[in-house]
Amino acid sequence: MTSASSISAWHASSPPGEVPISHLDDLWFQVTGTLCNLSCRHCFISCSPKNDAFGYLSLDEVRRRLEESLPLGVKEYYYTGGEPFLHPDMTAILCETLRYGPATVLTNGTICKHEWLETLARAEAASLYSLEFRVSLDGFSPETNDPIRGEGTFERAMRGVAMLVEHGFLPIITAARTWNDARDASVVAAFVETLKSVGYKRPRIKILPTLRLGAESTRTHGYADDERVTREMMAGFDATQLICEHSRTVTDRGVCVCPILIESPDARLGDTLSESLRPYEMRHGACSTCYQHGAICSNPSRGNGAR
Amino acid sequence: MATRIACFGGVYSNYLALGAAIRSARDRGAEAIYCLGDLGAFGPHPDRAFPILREAGVHCIQGNYDHSVGHELDDCRCGYTDPRDNYFAQISFDYTLANTSAANRRWLQSLPPQMRLQLGPAKLLLCHGSPRKVNEFLWESTTPTHFLDKLADDHAADLILATHTGIHWQRQLARGRSFVNVGALGRPENDGRTNVWYTLVEHSPSGGLLVDFVPVEYDHLRLAREMAAERLPDEFQQTILTGWWTTCLEVLPSKERRRGRF
Repeated sequence: MTSASSISAWHASSPPGEVPISHLDDLWFQVTGTLCNLSCRHCFISCSPKNDAFGYLSLDEVRRRLEESLPLGVKEYYYTGGEPFLHPDMTAILCETLRYGPATVLTNGTICKHEWLETLARAEAASLYSLEFRVSLDGFSPETNDPIRGEGTFERAMRGVAMLVEHGFLPIITAARTWNDARDASVVAAFVETLKSVGYKRPRIKILPTLRLGAESTRTHGYADDERVTREMMAGFDATQLICEHSRTVTDRGVCVCPILIESPDARLGDTLSESLRPYEMRHGACSTCYQHGAICSNPSRGNGAR
Repeated sequence: MATRIACFGGVYSNYLALGAAIRSARDRGAEAIYCLGDLGAFGPHPDRAFPILREAGVHCIQGNYDHSVGHELDDCRCGYTDPRDNYFAQISFDYTLANTSAANRRWLQSLPPQMRLQLGPAKLLLCHGSPRKVNEFLWESTTPTHFLDKLADDHAADLILATHTGIHWQRQLARGRSFVNVGALGRPENDGRTNVWYTLVEHSPSGGLLVDFVPVEYDHLRLAREMAAERLPDEFQQTILTGWWTTCLEVLPSKERRRGRF
């Protein structure tokens, strides 16, 4: 028996873990689809200036989804892409969202404009709810960041962070762990010092595992066939740690299970939010990263509370 | 049936604030007193809060900390995700578990996770984090009104009372219902003031529920001295002495974080 057939035999005897959604807590918007001004070498959905596999969501479409979310009791709204601030209506979309609940936008920080941030600071001050910015960086210097995210992106992102701080925001700096785990403490300490040097006095930092999908699967390697979450592995596991247990993602092609898997055909769960609230079978390698690390996409303020 | 009750959460071993809050609640005519959980953590001498609660007849529910200490788990299950938050949470938990007697641990095990009450015609649901999760954080700036409406529907409550975050707030909901985070007695609210807070809830004869947040002054200098003598982290003492949070800050949403100093 070859090793490949051993793996398929192993899969046949180990059905994928199935996750029912308990409540739609987090609603994600793939607001600029897969269009981004950068082409990061580790991007899990290979976003770039030319990847229009997924397109923009209009302000009207977002508004319709916000209304749809009300009876479902959605708790938090997240905006991602691509780069959300490529969207010509991004400021209006965030202002509108703050009328409904807390909003978080995941940005690379390289195209912020003062006039947008002034508007958003006013909208947040007038709202009951927080507006969170998550700015992606991948190293504490151009030498470590730019080979992954592109030439000059470190300096541009740091200018974006400084601009956000100037407008009173406390951005959460997120970094995919492209270094050895053992170096976490020293990398975070270095980040803190770098951020303080641009005027960010109390930096918030969130470290994420890399997801070996899209561009990252060629930068390093993809998931092995046996890196899957099986039904047996779900026994006794706290499923609330998994994003598919409490989230869905709106794209221009319907509602998907999570922001990581939008490119997988089986991730599309329906046209409406209600239709999408059905169990999901975790067939993908990336599901094992979520299983292992938990809460990788949510803000720290959400906590990792178990039922 | 009581018409005025007092509720607090997060004693965090602050037995001095606990005594002061109970005296204040009685002075203000509270007919019953409820503690929404987390008796230990943060402060010194965890066993000192228990006799005060029992002698005053305080009705207690079980918070995540009480569950963890009661069952001698390995951490507090507070729900933090950031390593910097977990670092200080673990110091606090290890100290509290090591200094809580076996009898008190058994008592913590026996506490109910939730409680339902009637206040006038209103149905009250008392819980620790939220009605659905003992350690859910319901911050004012990340909890939408429609989400709270759904909780009130799902759990058939006119008033939901919770704690866990350590900062008090309230929200009016549809059809005259409401949500109240009662705050915590264990540490100040990250506003530069050293007092802590509890909540009075009253059924008004004219209809409706009246909610009043009550500040409590206590001998915080003595508490800080005792924390130092117990070799609890200086960061904890500074919070008691200044009213600013110095640890477990990463879990705060941006609005709540900005109001603080660190």
